[in-house]
Amino acid sequence: MFEIFGIPSQALFGQLLLGLINGSFYALLSLGLAVIFGMLNIINFTHGAQYMMGAFIAYLLLQYLGLNYWAALVIVPILVGATGIVIELLFLKRLQQLDHLYGLILTFGLALVIEGLFRNYYGSSGQPYAVPEALQGGHNLGFMFLPNYRAWVIAFSLVVCFATWFAIERTRLGSYLRAATENPTLVRAFGINVPRMVTLTYGFGVGLAALAGVMAAPIYNVSPQMGSDLIIVVFAVVVIGGMGSIMGAILTGFALGIVEGLTKVFFPEASNTVIFAIMIIVLLIRPAGLFGRSA
Amino acid sequence: MATTAAAPLIRVHREAVWSQAVAAAILVVFLVAAPFMFYPIFVMKALCFALFACAFNLLIGYVGLVSFGHALYFGWASYLCAYAAKSWGLPPEAAVVIGTATAAVLGVIAGGVAIRRQGIYFAMITLALAQMMYLVALRVKLTGGEDGIQAVPRGHLFGVFDLNNEMTMYGFVLVIVLAAFFLIYRVINSPFGEVLKAIRENEQRAISLGYKTDRYKLVAFVLSATLAGLAGSLKALVFQLASLTDVHWTMSGEVVLITLVGGLGTIFGPVVGAFLIIALENYLAPFGQWVLVIQGAIFVFCVLAFRRGIVGELANRLRVQL
Repeated sequence: MFEIFGIPSQALFGQLLLGLINGSFYALLSLGLAVIFGMLNIINFTHGAQYMMGAFIAYLLLQYLGLNYWAALVIVPILVGATGIVIELLFLKRLQQLDHLYGLILTFGLALVIEGLFRNYYGSSGQPYAVPEALQGGHNLGFMFLPNYRAWVIAFSLVVCFATWFAIERTRLGSYLRAATENPTLVRAFGINVPRMVTLTYGFGVGLAALAGVMAAPIYNVSPQMGSDLIIVVFAVVVIGGMGSIMGAILTGFALGIVEGLTKVFFPEASNTVIFAIMIIVLLIRPAGLFGRSA
Repeated sequence: MATTAAAPLIRVHREAVWSQAVAAAILVVFLVAAPFMFYPIFVMKALCFALFACAFNLLIGYVGLVSFGHALYFGWASYLCAYAAKSWGLPPEAAVVIGTATAAVLGVIAGGVAIRRQGIYFAMITLALAQMMYLVALRVKLTGGEDGIQAVPRGHLFGVFDLNNEMTMYGFVLVIVLAAFFLIYRVINSPFGEVLKAIRENEQRAISLGYKTDRYKLVAFVLSATLAGLAGSLKALVFQLASLTDVHWTMSGEVVLITLVGGLGTIFGPVVGAFLIIALENYLAPFGQWVLVIQGAIFVFCVLAFRRGIVGELANRLRVQL
């Protein structure tokens, strides 16, 4: 063990790791928000609740059906994504012609309903979720101890983020999606079923949130309010990055996670407000956001 | 041409004044009679929230700005008012002024940052700023953290009127709230208010007509924050308590709910909404977490099927302005 700037390397890299973990969740969630915003023109306030649902359903699958983490990683995003599709068809479709504000208020209301229901049945206290057996333990890297599960979370979210980026920016389906974001009417005229694409996009974004929830379950306790505070931080991340660019959302998410981790080491009192402070600075210097097109 | 175009406008305006005067008279009569019919503390709570919602409505209804973080001004004004009354031993009128001024200062800072972005981003920024100050409230000594500031003395107004008497307190709250309502009404119907409405309808056009819209928006924002702070200060004295609930995002959501139910962009909507929602919450209190579910369901219902709100719907049916 050695010291950097008077901080033991274990503490420094430990917090850096934690920052990267938080960053993975910021990236996954802000990515989902950006994708949804692009197609639906709605800020999905329910995103936090859907992340919580992901963690909770993973927990319930394990408790009642004995389905393990790996099964949950596949099943949960599909299940929660399906509820997202239902929400889109039942509610969001009716808001297309209305002001942005109504989408925000409606999804906020849905978030309250979902959080309230889970609190009713499972209380406010957290439920533990064990780290899957294959990823228990860790490695001593010399300068720090790296738990296997945390390494997995970072690696897997990077893969998911870049796969999403690739799908949207580099594939044919993605080009349809981007075109429909720019001009839905024209894309429809080419015979592409845009309403269905919108529905599936919402389902996909929600599925991403649920996937983040499953990954978060073994790290944080599974509790009904785990999503509501996180989503506000993610909003700040989205404001900093701007929602115009997929890669921007990913990079901003990871970068802010790291900054938050470092703040925890050097200035712990400010660690949970630092992202908001950065948001203020970015707004003063570059109002459109780091990767945003000026609106 | 000019006269024929102007004539119907004047008529509409007279009708608006007429219907609004009747509604205002009913409201005043109701509010004077209310403490004899209900618990004064309940009516005072509803009045504080009515003022809070009117302040919020000034932004959303007349400038088209959606602030999702109005708890920031309400809650921090409540803290400072409570702190001034308890720790500095200031009389209630001074404590209320300090609370309200705190909200004004916070409004200048937060508004200055938030108006740099439009639309949906504005909502997210205001929410994030409010959350930041919530986290600050959790940590700093002044707020008393989880305990809040309890047993705030109501004191003697101007050294004469004992506010520990519920009816005297009610009179104090009623006079201030009615004065604030009147101020809001005058602002909305002033030339300044007309510019705000122009910004709501078409900001680009307002800019092209030579208005510095950012300045107008900032002034409206600060005014709204200040009035929200006035409501928060009064609430601190009424309940003799300032707590984390008042700065939490759920409070920001509640004021949106009240305004939405009552009617966005109507003068009397927020008042009706406040009485309804506060009564509903009193009634539902024993059901615990279901309150959250029901509030959420009301949001969804209002957005899907009841966007005008109660007063908006009423005004539309009667073909008057309210």
